[in-house]
Amino acid sequence: MRTSDLLRAAAANTVRSKLRTTLTALALVVGAFTLTLTTALGAGVTDYVTRQVDSLGAQDVLVITAAPPTAAAGGDPVAYDPETSTPAAASANPLGGGSAALTDARLEQLEGIDGLAVVEPVTTAALDYVGVGAARYLVSIDPTSSIGRADLLAGAQLERDAAELQLVLPVGYVQALGLGDPAAAVGTVVDLGLTDVLGQPREVRARLVGLTNPSLLGGGAGANAALADELATVQAAGVDAPARYAAATARFDPDDAGALAAVKEEVAGLGMTAQTVEDQLGLLTTVISGITGVLSAFAVVALVAAAFGIVNTLLMSVQERTREIGLMKALGMSNGRVFGLFSLEAGFIGLLGGVVGVLAAVAVGTALSAALSAGPLADLGGLDVLLFRPGTAVAIVVLIMGVALLAGTLPARRAARQTPISALRYE
Amino acid sequence: MKTSPAAQGPPLLRARSLSRWYGSGADRFHALTDVSLDIHRGESVAVVGKSGSGKSTLMHLLALLDAPDQGSLLLEGADVATLDRRRLDAARNQRFGFVFQQFFLNPAQSVLENVVLPLTIAGVARPERHRRGMAVLEQLGMADKARNRATALSGGQKQRVVIARALVGEPDLIFADEPTGNLDSATGTVVEDELFALHRERGITLVVVTHDEDLAARCRRQVHVHDGRIVSDRLGDAA
Repeated sequence: MRTSDLLRAAAANTVRSKLRTTLTALALVVGAFTLTLTTALGAGVTDYVTRQVDSLGAQDVLVITAAPPTAAAGGDPVAYDPETSTPAAASANPLGGGSAALTDARLEQLEGIDGLAVVEPVTTAALDYVGVGAARYLVSIDPTSSIGRADLLAGAQLERDAAELQLVLPVGYVQALGLGDPAAAVGTVVDLGLTDVLGQPREVRARLVGLTNPSLLGGGAGANAALADELATVQAAGVDAPARYAAATARFDPDDAGALAAVKEEVAGLGMTAQTVEDQLGLLTTVISGITGVLSAFAVVALVAAAFGIVNTLLMSVQERTREIGLMKALGMSNGRVFGLFSLEAGFIGLLGGVVGVLAAVAVGTALSAALSAGPLADLGGLDVLLFRPGTAVAIVVLIMGVALLAGTLPARRAARQTPISALRYE
Repeated sequence: MKTSPAAQGPPLLRARSLSRWYGSGADRFHALTDVSLDIHRGESVAVVGKSGSGKSTLMHLLALLDAPDQGSLLLEGADVATLDRRRLDAARNQRFGFVFQQFFLNPAQSVLENVVLPLTIAGVARPERHRRGMAVLEQLGMADKARNRATALSGGQKQRVVIARALVGEPDLIFADEPTGNLDSATGTVVEDELFALHRERGITLVVVTHDEDLAARCRRQVHVHDGRIVSDRLGDAA
């Protein structure tokens, strides 16, 4: 029997008992529907996070922090060494123990490492407010904003090397500061208020160059290097205290994974931790994939149930068509082709269920996503909760056809093994 | 068996001491015991016996649908026990035609699709299948029913479709198991006439299994089976 004839026969047999095929395929539809939605949810959130990650730092930047003093030795106290030890500070995190600061001496050590370039301390300034005229609002500046790419709604990115003092603000400040609409607000000069170490109120003026989308992560303002330096200088008020930095940034060659690993190891040897932006977000993406994994597991449970439905349906079909199978075998159809016919019928049910389920999920999901973006999730600009990718959809249909084919093996084997005479005698 | 129509060369089918039994030990039931039989090209043979005599078992063995527990069967001199499954499938597909008591028509398919089933199984291309199927249906006066559902036919028409299916592969031998068992006597006679006309005009070998002595009498040779053994094998006067 030709494969084309076999395919045609399988398709014809499947639509022969429409109700039964529909009910069997329905279980697969549920599985495909759920799986499509969960993968789309995972893809949507991951895509959003990835874009947020870009706002946290460039891809070629390592963020280097001093390892907490007790972490390296698994809880045992570490002896003080004036050459390498870093001053420790208490952390706000009740579980995290202490954290450590970087000193100029440590930065020099970092500059000596091959593969690291442009080692710069991350300076932090404690701002009191951002204001235009009498309107004043609390604000904080993301420490790594000078090297990151902001998720912009209007305006331009911070210029890394500009001497001008530049600032980006979350779009929410536009209304509060009375700046009109976002496009008009860009270019405004705003006041940044802070209190120096001597207790004197001071102000620094900076130009607003960009406005950022509301964000899950790093929701603060951003300052370019010139502004960050200026703020730190003003805050220090000429007092010559030893510099303490929360972190340092350095650039590396992002195309050389081997070199990156070596650099990380070398930094670790100095008692510090070097992390790429991806490393820092590793936990977050792990949590997201964990959640989508659990949701997908429910879909897989539905698919397993559907598989038993297919086994049951096809076994009934084999029973009903015993005489037909017997006749085909008597007329010289090989066992392999009989097996193939019933396997293809299972595969066809799988194709039907998979395609319908995926299409239904895309239709429902698109509507749902639009409703969520307009309603409850309107604050998270640029978030598509459900992101459908053609490749994933095809993969799901293929997966479901695979499940169906697997489920079809048992009935197909039973059909193939029938002897023609017992089948012909069957009443 | 003084004369055979085609005594030259090996017989089409030669059965040697065939036995077939079911079950084992004390419960063993001997369906067929030590049956030897030659079927020559161009013969018409009736295998006659009561229900349970073993005549259907004998036909299944001769038609390569079943394998004997003892004895051997030779298809044109070649022992079928040495043929692999694919060759057996091909022999049934291309050399044999089958007419069963029940029609075994697929209700979901058209008359034409039912008729060309052996060609479909053989892997003949669709246009060629249709051409040959239509030719056979025309011979049997059923061409106008080709597009009908097989279920929408009368009993006689259905059996004619079955005969068309048996003929479409241009077989050497047609096995007919109670071909008129499901038909009223008038229709049955028409179907019988068609089968014997094919036998006479095309020289197709005919093996008819029946309990009907009248049908058996139309065959040139009658083999009587009783309790799994051949009790008589004689040439009569074909009608």
